[in-house]
Amino acid sequence: MALKTEPFVLNMGPVHPSTHGVFRMRATLDGEVVVDIEPVFGYLHRGVEKLAEQRTYTGIIPLTDRLDYISSMNNNHAYVLAVEKLAGIKVPERAEYLRVIMAELQRIAAFLIAVGSFLNDCGAFFTPFLYMFRERERIIDLFEMVSGQRLTYNYMRVGGVSQDIPREFLPALRKFLAQMPRFIDEYDRLLMQNEILLARAKGVGILTKEQAINCSASGPVLRASGVKWDIRQADPYSVYDRFDFDIPTGTVGDCYDRYRQRVEEMRQSLRIIKQAMEQLPQGPVKSDVSHLVRPPIGEAYARIEAPKGELGFYLVSDNSIAPYRCHIRPPSLINLTALRDMVRGWKVADVIIIFGSIDITVGEIDR
Amino acid sequence: MTVALSGKEIAGQIEEKLPESITESGQDYLVVKPDSLLAVATFLKDTPGLDFNYLNFVTAIDYYDHFEVVYQLTSLEHNHSLVVKTRCYDRENPALPSVVSLWQGADFQEREIYDLMGIRFEGHPNMKRIFLWEGFQGHPLRKDYW
Repeated sequence: MALKTEPFVLNMGPVHPSTHGVFRMRATLDGEVVVDIEPVFGYLHRGVEKLAEQRTYTGIIPLTDRLDYISSMNNNHAYVLAVEKLAGIKVPERAEYLRVIMAELQRIAAFLIAVGSFLNDCGAFFTPFLYMFRERERIIDLFEMVSGQRLTYNYMRVGGVSQDIPREFLPALRKFLAQMPRFIDEYDRLLMQNEILLARAKGVGILTKEQAINCSASGPVLRASGVKWDIRQADPYSVYDRFDFDIPTGTVGDCYDRYRQRVEEMRQSLRIIKQAMEQLPQGPVKSDVSHLVRPPIGEAYARIEAPKGELGFYLVSDNSIAPYRCHIRPPSLINLTALRDMVRGWKVADVIIIFGSIDITVGEIDR
Repeated sequence: MTVALSGKEIAGQIEEKLPESITESGQDYLVVKPDSLLAVATFLKDTPGLDFNYLNFVTAIDYYDHFEVVYQLTSLEHNHSLVVKTRCYDRENPALPSVVSLWQGADFQEREIYDLMGIRFEGHPNMKRIFLWEGFQGHPLRKDYW
């Protein structure tokens, strides 16, 4: 006699340690195998795009800090680039270099969290996570030196950055650059060939190249699937065209590739920071721009390679002091498009790590 | 460097195949009639040499008398981009064809536009609100919503 079974609906989140914020999934299960999932968003929806319409161009910068709040510098960067493109503002060279240094430091900090929490999801409970927080702390200290803040930096301005770096910044950065490669090697020694990690992550949650492109995936998720596409090289902004760095890519597009992708990109970021520090010119850090920027009528889209992927701002101006429309292209939300296809047929425990390997921040999804 | 293709040139190419589908074209964008949106999108995606296989984002803007929906397309192969716009003049019941069948990446973004701007995308596999709850009154990103 065939056993008659019925699909079972399991609700995960919104408050659950594996959801990295307030994200909810409704999973339909057949036994332990996932038949279908439905992501449910909106628990952190603050209406940032609507709020932006009531604020001046400069006043929006603090709002961007709170999108992907673990990479505030990158959010500032994408936004000010969009305003500068719209208003045709030139930025002093020193400011561009400082932006690149901050953006790459922030990328390392964000990847440390991404990798740490991914390993946490895999079952390496909090030990690697705290190792990585040890190094992230040094980056946060550097940011505190330049902006006085430890999470929402509000550092970049339209036309430059808010202030020059203090005297003790460069020696501290040099020390960090000297130490960090050793720490990355240490993570690798601890985990790269770990049998449990390999068993849990290799071949799990494969995202093919074609699917990644069709789902508009970006950032490490896209590159881990074997697509060599990095906006820093494909469409250089700031002064990224002056640095020599490689774009690592994955081969299979499984969870392990996405994990390796982020570790390799940390090494490349260190290379960029080193070059930027050597080339850092003297001079002003902010061009003479009024606090009330009034861009001409028109629209502009500027994008950067943020830690999560392509972060872009689409601004429409009606020549007033506030944008007529401010659309944010959220890489975290769009990278989740493929999640449903990636988890189907895997077990519940795999859903956690597939989801963790995509690396999202809910502040950016819900906005 | 990603090259922004000239909307005028592309419009000429499209008009040869699909006459009367373009209403306006400029330096880096073209405006498509809503009825021809799917045909033009298919043309842009499948024509060799254009190969717009990557949809960067979709968004909508409320201009009071009409909604403008903007599609930013990129070809990862040729590293060029194009902005396609379409306009929707119905305020009570605006609707446009969905492009999810071509670019799956539009899935959540079209739902977001429906949720916050109130434009329905026909042919979308799961057309419902994404951030706000079912039963929420109004669409907050519209200019007349307070």
